[in-house]
Amino acid sequence: MEIKLKLNGRAVTAAVEADTTLFDLLREKGCYSVKCGCETSNCGLCTVFLDDVPVLSCSVLAARADGRAVTTLEGLQEEAADFVGFIADQGADQCGFCNPGFVMNTIALLRENPDPTDDEIRGYLAGNLCRCSGYEGQLRGIRAYLDSRKGKGAQNGN
Amino acid sequence: MATENYRYVGHAMRKKDSMQLLLGKPVYTDDIVPRDALVVKLLRSPHASALVEEIDTSIALKVPGVVAVYTWKDVPKTRFAIAGQTYPEPSPYDRLILDRQLRFVGDPVAIIAAENEKAANKAMRLVKVKYKLLPAILDMHEALDNPVLVHPEEDWYPPCPVGGDNRRNLVASDVESNGDVDKVLADCDIVIDRTYHTRAFQQAMMETFRTYAEMDRYGRLHVISSTQIVFHCRRILSRALGIPKSRVRVEKPRIGGGFGAKQTAVCEVYPAFVTLKTGRPAELIYTREESQIAGSPRHEMEIRVRLGASSDGRIRALDLHTLSNTGAYGEHGPTTVGLSGHKSIPLYTGSLEAFRFAYDVVYTNLQPAGAYRGYGATQGIFAVESAVNELAERLGVDPTELRDRCMVREGMNMPAYYGEPAAACALDRCMAHCREMFDWEHRYPVRDMGNGKVRAAGVAMAMQGSCISSVDVGSATVKLSEDGTYNLIIGAADMGTGCDTILAQMAAECLDCPVENIAVFGADTDVSPYDSGSYASSTTYVTGKAVEKACNELKGQICRIAADLLGCAAEDTVFEGDRVRCAADGRTVSMEEVAYKSQVGNVHAAEVTATHSSPVSPPPFMVGMAEIELDKGTGEVKVLNYMAVVDCGIPVNPALARIQTEGGIVQGIGMTLTENVTYDHNGRPVESSLMQYKIPTRLDMGHLKVEFEHSHEPTGPFGAKSIGEIVINTPAPAIAHAIYRATGVWHRELPITPEDIAMSRPEETHRA
Repeated sequence: MEIKLKLNGRAVTAAVEADTTLFDLLREKGCYSVKCGCETSNCGLCTVFLDDVPVLSCSVLAARADGRAVTTLEGLQEEAADFVGFIADQGADQCGFCNPGFVMNTIALLRENPDPTDDEIRGYLAGNLCRCSGYEGQLRGIRAYLDSRKGKGAQNGN
Repeated sequence: MATENYRYVGHAMRKKDSMQLLLGKPVYTDDIVPRDALVVKLLRSPHASALVEEIDTSIALKVPGVVAVYTWKDVPKTRFAIAGQTYPEPSPYDRLILDRQLRFVGDPVAIIAAENEKAANKAMRLVKVKYKLLPAILDMHEALDNPVLVHPEEDWYPPCPVGGDNRRNLVASDVESNGDVDKVLADCDIVIDRTYHTRAFQQAMMETFRTYAEMDRYGRLHVISSTQIVFHCRRILSRALGIPKSRVRVEKPRIGGGFGAKQTAVCEVYPAFVTLKTGRPAELIYTREESQIAGSPRHEMEIRVRLGASSDGRIRALDLHTLSNTGAYGEHGPTTVGLSGHKSIPLYTGSLEAFRFAYDVVYTNLQPAGAYRGYGATQGIFAVESAVNELAERLGVDPTELRDRCMVREGMNMPAYYGEPAAACALDRCMAHCREMFDWEHRYPVRDMGNGKVRAAGVAMAMQGSCISSVDVGSATVKLSEDGTYNLIIGAADMGTGCDTILAQMAAECLDCPVENIAVFGADTDVSPYDSGSYASSTTYVTGKAVEKACNELKGQICRIAADLLGCAAEDTVFEGDRVRCAADGRTVSMEEVAYKSQVGNVHAAEVTATHSSPVSPPPFMVGMAEIELDKGTGEVKVLNYMAVVDCGIPVNPALARIQTEGGIVQGIGMTLTENVTYDHNGRPVESSLMQYKIPTRLDMGHLKVEFEHSHEPTGPFGAKSIGEIVINTPAPAIAHAIYRATGVWHRELPITPEDIAMSRPEETHRA
């Protein structure tokens, strides 16, 4: 079947099978930031926005995107660049394979809740697995970003 | 502190690839290869032990889009090992690309290559196989001298003498000792005799195994793989495929995590074989299920510890026997087991009078094991540290004070550690520092919270190595560019750890230039100087030293070129980072002028390759302390706080060293509490997805606090030792200790699940 969607702001037409996942479609369209870590909706690596709501693209059929807007990290470079440097300062990017999904979900969190507590951050991102960092560095990075935005020092997150 | 004299070493800075990774740029294997590559899939054995009696691919080949289906009849008959180790490998040559005999659930039966995934999957279902079921060995205790042989083949071959015998299901066996351990044990006031069991835990790196292969423009096999070992991989492919090494090129792009899993060429041979046969590009990406059931996990081990001590808490003797389960193939079997003793017993060099360490490594019809961060030390340290905690509790002595009396200290020689010295050792300071940071005095006492929950704490020490002594080789090439910047080319593999960055920091320190002026490239067998690869915690220590050597030699070359420009003798020049000065008259030439001169009528190479190997493997040391809250009703354990102090010599990049430590601790918490490995009646791992194999989320690890105690390793670059592996070793014994404190029960098997805790009773502590 043929579907029409908005991918990162551009109108896209795609021929998909009934069982094509949104994940497969996005990589086929060159959105290589979208990663697959598990195939069972457990890892959060394939997180993208469907009409601005974070979804796991490995578990959404491409056909569901018909007539809707899909956003990947390729489409949010500036919004991401705003805070990911704080993650880099912690060295918490590590292997990086989980980063795009984690960054997408962090953007969703901050849009929804611009001033989250540490527990709210942990809770919102609980579905984003990372095997390298032990998570604390990611939290420190987000906290440092939030503090910098408030114009405070960067060290009172712990 | 010595590091304050350095401008770049000892300073936190971003990883060179940070922004590429965080902004989701295409940098991994599957992001950079052509889209029209053949999709490779493997039909896997549903049986733990079977023979392929008949196999019919004719129907599968009729599926539109299917290009080839290969079976055992199509592959070379030379056995090889896929363990990434220096030749001659300690691991036996016990594999074929496809074997008629199948040895575990998941062993490949056929290779399918198709234009797309759908066709490949459809063809896989249409390969008709008649299996002859054979008896299987699913329990490692039954393996040795069982009449059922996992590897009955005549051409089984061990390149190294490691005490193995395939007619006994034995991969390796050895015993070593120092002093009369039986005599000392007989003389001890107290002997703790316990057996510990750890499972085949999965690395579960986020990027599963994957490899792409193509014929390049010279007609050579070009392999792009997510690997920690490009050079070993080239050698393995050459042997497995029967083609010369000069016809193979292996490179790695960015790697989505390894933790040792990718120190084994788990999937490289299959797409490489397809490309050689078809001449077409081919790519194989393991599903998470394949990574879980046919990967390269930790060796399951059972370790018996006999620990003898005096009544005042001096550990006098340690007697270890390790039974290790290598599974269906022997990758890393003979070597992982060694660390279970060599990196646990020496922790007590301070008081030890005698030790013995014996082991057997056996084949079973289960998933083959491999290398996983800690590499056997993790298992051995769980056993020995648990036994030491049990000793302390039995004697009623504070377990940190007991360790103060017995631990290895700087300047000691370690008989149980290949007779090597502890030239840099801050373990005593790590203990004091951690005790204070953790507030051990107040957290160690058990606290009943009055709501069915109990808070308690536990402690453990750890060590590791910094390379394989006299074996690992690291190299670095440094070359000057026209604008006075440098290229640093390495064969070590940055798998997220940040080695590209810390090696650039070392180069910047030597060459007295900003880290941004060092462009790093790695790793590619056609381009990189030889490096055994990123494993055994060796990159900082071995490759780092090679970088230091290369930079110092390059400075000499630069001064020679500058001397021509300045019209003075090379001995009279001074390297000053951005310029070279003539000492006699103070005239200088800029690095840019030197660089351009190096390209005009010049005979001094502005490029140096240096190689390093070390006769010693200086251990890093660590102390970890866990505070838990345990629900007595449900057995649930929450880690509230995990604090650790590490002596890695000096941390070259403190931010990255801290993240390594935090990440290792969380992996350790996972294998202690939630990551289980069980098998069904047929030997198939039950935990075949991340839904069942529960790696920690950010809600499962409590608060981490990591600090460092510096020491100065005289043989390390800038005094550095290693950090990558040691960090996974303390959580299991420390948390098991805390669980004992909370419940009165010692759990000697990992993981320790809520069910185990809820169903256990205190008196069981005396069984066993």
